[in-house]
Amino acid sequence: MTDEPLVLGIETSCDETGVGIVRGHTLLANAIASSVDEHARFGGVVPEVASRAHLEAMTPTVERALEQAGLKFGDIDAVAVTAGPGLAGALLVGVAAAKAYALGLGVPLYGVNHLAAHVAVDELEHGPLPRPCIALLVSGGHSSLLLVPDVAREVISLGSTVDDAAGEAFDKVARVLGLPFPGGPHIDRAAREGSGTAVAFPRGKYDDGTLDFSFSGLKTAVARWVEAKRAAGETIHVPDVAASFQEAVVDVLTRKALDACRRYDVHDLLIGGGVAANSRLRALAQERCDAAGVRLRVPRPGLCTDNGAMVAALGADLLAAGVSPSAHDLPADSSMPITTVNV
Amino acid sequence: MAAVGAGGEPKRLRLTFVLVLAFDTATPAVTAALHDGERVLAESTTIDARRHGELLVPQVEAVVRDAGASLREVTAVVAGAGPGPYTGLRVGLMTAQALATTLGVPAYSVCTLDALAYAAATANPDLGTPFVAATDARRKEVFWARYSDARTRDEGPFVAKPQDLPADLPLVGAGARMYAEVVGEARIVPGAPEYPYAGALAALAAERLAAGAGLEPPRPIYLRRPDAREPGAPKKVTA
Repeated sequence: MTDEPLVLGIETSCDETGVGIVRGHTLLANAIASSVDEHARFGGVVPEVASRAHLEAMTPTVERALEQAGLKFGDIDAVAVTAGPGLAGALLVGVAAAKAYALGLGVPLYGVNHLAAHVAVDELEHGPLPRPCIALLVSGGHSSLLLVPDVAREVISLGSTVDDAAGEAFDKVARVLGLPFPGGPHIDRAAREGSGTAVAFPRGKYDDGTLDFSFSGLKTAVARWVEAKRAAGETIHVPDVAASFQEAVVDVLTRKALDACRRYDVHDLLIGGGVAANSRLRALAQERCDAAGVRLRVPRPGLCTDNGAMVAALGADLLAAGVSPSAHDLPADSSMPITTVNV
Repeated sequence: MAAVGAGGEPKRLRLTFVLVLAFDTATPAVTAALHDGERVLAESTTIDARRHGELLVPQVEAVVRDAGASLREVTAVVAGAGPGPYTGLRVGLMTAQALATTLGVPAYSVCTLDALAYAAATANPDLGTPFVAATDARRKEVFWARYSDARTRDEGPFVAKPQDLPADLPLVGAGARMYAEVVGEARIVPGAPEYPYAGALAALAAERLAAGAGLEPPRPIYLRRPDAREPGAPKKVTA
């Protein structure tokens, strides 16, 4: 195993400056600097604030990753970086750093897709991916169902959100309920004290026969419900609202994910992205997978949220598959399609 | 082999080998240069306000190749610190930090307007002083600073509307040229460069390093706060 190449991975698509180091599928370091606290008072990620923070954090975070792994710069065999999709200005900081590291070290550079990296990261925890597998990626910026024949070569989009991402709905509902940003962990915690069946919130696109999602209507329904109760002078039991909202989201997500497994006759489902850290999503997915005879893989929460190790993991796959490295005029592409694994 | 002077003491021709790699991404000029402490060995520039991230590294590779040098010989990396539009500006500073780290050499920055002023004043000995160097800040504003000579910044950098630039002083840079109607064509120094080319940046940095003057760390000069407002109460969705 020790002859496998060492890959440095850099992730700056949103508010986390992530730097990871892997040797093949072995995780050696996963250093993260987050600017989330700077965004909290704005109720969402402010792109310019995130970009400034990436530039400040990159050099120290890379140093921390090398230290964690007990390596020197000269040991690195390849550099991988998220080239998209994400916030344009934020991506550009990571891409500039990665190019300069690759240039200075004289090693190959791989510009990779953020979403494919969320799939590849599971190899660090659970070994090689079954081929094919279905991947459900849910975060503050994305909600996608993918068919993954080979993460290094081919990713097929089966469906995605037509409006808000799932994590975005969590943030917006949290605000309505007076819970802090980012909303996901707070709603998850509040929901544990509430009932998921207390309020029957709508499930968008539940029976429409597609593998797309819609969370905008649900978010508005929660806001309307809360406003009506407040207007009537009633007190709102936040845990019940949180649990009922969360139940609606995870019900749709898991239903469509298993529908995708059935349609494509695939028996392995992977869930990734920040929302995969949600405890109710993990529990319901496990329950439904067990009933359907589908094997479920969910990386640990620290690998679900944005990080550099996932980028390094995909870089290692590309290297192993003999894929050509990226050119040094590699652009950052804020709207990179999921079908593009690397550029 | 040391040259021997009349007194028998070794004559110290050159203490250390110097190779400054400099680049700037604070203006539409994506520009890189190599300087050996005495002269610019190579310079490469592409004018494109939207592709700093794509163009910079190929530009660096081009000057290293054109100079017949190797990146391993570089002794310092210098980036323009701006002020300049932030997305492009950060490309230069991030690249300087990361490249210098892997090469094991120091990274520095020089105010982009200083390089522009240095180029303008060394190329135009007749330039009346003091003078103002200005670059485009977008949003109908300019970044500017006032200089008393090629190497001395008296005030700035600031961001301002072009009509608020100091009255009557000669102006250099694209920030003046693009607002010629507002500032008055007659004040714009003819023949002065519009952009801070990396050759000037490298020469100025090499001068300062040789003089033992400290250079700034590779950090950007931001003259505006991020555009962000704290939200009020959630908007009502019911009428």
